Amino acid sequence: MVGLAVLAGLFIYAYGFQVTKVDLEETRSERRQTQLVRILRALARPDILEYEKEEFLVDAPIIVGCPEGELNLPEPDTSGPFMTVDPPCADPKAQVRVEGFNFEPNTRGPINFIPLSQVTLQLGNIVTDEFGHFETVVQLPNRSPVPEPQHIQVITRRNVGAPRFTKTAHDTWDKIIETVFMALLATTIGTALAIPVSFFAARNLMKDVRSSVASISLSVLAWPLGIWLGMMAARQLHVLSQSLTTSTWLNVAGVVLLPLLAWWIVRWAVPATEESRPSFTLRMARVAGLLLAAWVAILSLYLLSSLTLALGNTLALRLGGFGFLGAFVAGLGDILGMIIATVVALATGGVISGFVGRVWRTLDRSLSPAAQQLANYILAALAGALLFAILGAMVDWFYQIHDAMRTLIVPAILGALFGIGLAFWVRKDDQVTSGLAVYYVARTILNALRSIEPLIMVIVFAVWVGIGPFAGVLALALHTIAALAKLYSEQVESILPGPLEAVRAAGANRLQTIVYAVIPQIVPPYIAFTMYRWDINVRMSTIIGFAGGGGIGFLLQQNINLLNYRAASAQMVAIAIVVASMDYISARLRERII
Amino acid sequence: MLKVENLTKIYEGGVLALDDVSFEVPDGQFLVIIGLSGSGKSTLLRCINRLIEPTAGRIIWDGEDITAATQEEMRLIRRRIGMVFQNFNLVHRSSVLTNVLTGRLGYVNPAMSLLNRFPKSDVDKALKQLARVGIEGKAYQRADELSGGQQQRVGIARALMQDPKMILADEPVASLDPVLAHSIMQYLEQINQEDKATVLCSLHFLDLVHRYADRVIALNEGKLVFEGHPRQIDDAKFKEIYGKDAERVG
Ligand SMILES: Nc1ncnc2c1ncn2[C@@H]1O[C@H](COP(=O)(O)OP(=O)(O)O)[C@@H](O)[C@H]1O
Ligand SMILES: [Mg+2]
Repeated sequence: MVGLAVLAGLFIYAYGFQVTKVDLEETRSERRQTQLVRILRALARPDILEYEKEEFLVDAPIIVGCPEGELNLPEPDTSGPFMTVDPPCADPKAQVRVEGFNFEPNTRGPINFIPLSQVTLQLGNIVTDEFGHFETVVQLPNRSPVPEPQHIQVITRRNVGAPRFTKTAHDTWDKIIETVFMALLATTIGTALAIPVSFFAARNLMKDVRSSVASISLSVLAWPLGIWLGMMAARQLHVLSQSLTTSTWLNVAGVVLLPLLAWWIVRWAVPATEESRPSFTLRMARVAGLLLAAWVAILSLYLLSSLTLALGNTLALRLGGFGFLGAFVAGLGDILGMIIATVVALATGGVISGFVGRVWRTLDRSLSPAAQQLANYILAALAGALLFAILGAMVDWFYQIHDAMRTLIVPAILGALFGIGLAFWVRKDDQVTSGLAVYYVARTILNALRSIEPLIMVIVFAVWVGIGPFAGVLALALHTIAALAKLYSEQVESILPGPLEAVRAAGANRLQTIVYAVIPQIVPPYIAFTMYRWDINVRMSTIIGFAGGGGIGFLLQQNINLLNYRAASAQMVAIAIVVASMDYISARLRERII
Repeated sequence: MLKVENLTKIYEGGVLALDDVSFEVPDGQFLVIIGLSGSGKSTLLRCINRLIEPTAGRIIWDGEDITAATQEEMRLIRRRIGMVFQNFNLVHRSSVLTNVLTGRLGYVNPAMSLLNRFPKSDVDKALKQLARVGIEGKAYQRADELSGGQQQRVGIARALMQDPKMILADEPVASLDPVLAHSIMQYLEQINQEDKATVLCSLHFLDLVHRYADRVIALNEGKLVFEGHPRQIDDAKFKEIYGKDAERVG
């Protein structure tokens, strides 16, 4: 048995060796080793600081091809650095000895041959000793002799003044800021959305949510209707708001007064729970009031959005260096305008489905049992048909089948049969744990999203919004939602059930139960997990640029591809500093808060 | 008047926790429920306010069928039924005052309550209830900083906030030492006598039963095995309720 296990292990590792191409020969080869040494040395000298350089050019004349008669060469100026060439004239390809004096001690530099054409030809390098002296032998180039003096030139450089940051350092700084803010935005967005999602993915909150087949069917039918109505309403109000934003004063007045109006209506329409049931007319009046309040509130949101957009754009022009604040304000207005329609559509869907459910419950009681049963079947059939038809339409959209028979009619019939089957299987008064269905759907989606690394998600987002930090933020935020919602929901599942029970027993509704019994219990773990996620997002945002997500990773990848290892080294140092210091800060904060 | 008719509860997994239990409680009575642990006391109390859904049977209170109420109606019924728990069930990280105020959640404006705003009258009322159970100084402390006896008083104050017509107390003193037990039971007695609330209280100790109960019902493995005045529990009845091996002490 053990022998077999050892054999199997051997086999697995042998295969692993082969597929991962473990090649020790490569690591020992001389060529690879010199490359490695070069890279390591470059990495050890990150391109962060540089000096202003002063260049010294020192010339010495030489005549190629010794002329007849006397050489008429000037004496070198020995007050500064100077060179002597021995012999002062020589044939092409001959070796001459060059000696230099009064140079900077311990510097190096190229030694060049400058012909009459001034096209420099490097002959070698020189290194001065601690007295600023060097001596070297160079070979003259193979050119035909010229009677005029040509030159041998040595170039040395000297650092002057204080060190300053290189361009790479400035670029790295810009990108590291971008990186940290990517992490910040992704964590904020992700957390804000993960919190509500986590309640739907918590078994203990969802398992008592039960409803009858009829009310599930009704909400399935009412949701699309509500979403459609909401979208229509949002569009209408958007148009209306545009006619109001022609005048700034009207716009400001709308932003200030409309919310007040909505607030007053809501105060009137949502009273403290009453002892006796209010009259039908009063209830209808309240529903109408709430509709009006919602209408007014949406309008004021549109006005707010266009006002912030306008304000932001003005600020961006006026603030000069702080123009980004204006751009931010404008961006907020833009985002608000974009999400109003979505939020309104979803909210209307929820409200309509809740409302229809309520109306149904009152109607239901006045029907005969046979009629109830019939209504049950009809509703279930309709809901099933709608659901399956939507699925079919999605398949059609993805695969472009364009065959209504196969993508709409057949699924609708199947769905109707499925609905009737469900209604038949579940007796009329029995409740289905619809909450658990939501729970499983939420969990499945979260697990699927979580298993896709942000580095892969960002590829899709980069196609959508273009390569850059925005794509990175979206990918990180999506992954954060999935990962945090899972962690959060596990915390919700581990809270004490007692307080929940007590609050429920006092007559609290579901939302109140969450606010008073769930949230106080989950605050510490939620903070801890958010910080943990912040650490992950900082790390992730440093490399998400490799896949098109912007930030420092983008720069790092470019420099690696350009074999610019000193610059890459600067970016690696920056990443290490940022990650370590964020780790430290969040550890300290954690100690403080928890 | 609370009427329990043929109440049966079978948990998922087939445990028969209540088996055809029927009894009546007149308004204003202090009814004690006794029985070994696992006999179904908690299940019975939680069926009455439908924290647990009964499998069969009916519960009728003031002529209203609790078992047939919709979720919305159930919320309105629960407002009038205060509940006190063995483990106090306070929200540890919230203040004592907030814990007490949760007793008003069924009454207040739901939108405002989500923002943690309660009417001034409710806050005053909460402070008054805390004074009534003798811990007025603790209102702004965190609930888990209080001792067990103090926490149970907060639990009672929370139930009092509901202006309850009925109190369900599930072994309210089982986690407290005997000296504290009497002080907690006295508060329940006071609510019963001064506020005229019906009290259904499950208890372990027979001496407490004799001291506080108007009437007793006993459960054994989900069946109602005794119903009457505490003095009627003789040795034979005692053995029937608590099993043959049980010894009567004190
Ligand atoms: N949620 C539950 N699921 C399954 N069985 C349960 C559950 N709660 C209680 N029970 C069982 O029901 C029986 C009655 O329990 P309970 O009402 O808590 O008794 P008591 O309060 O008298 O100790 C016990 O056998 C217990 O194991
Ligand atoms: Mg119990």
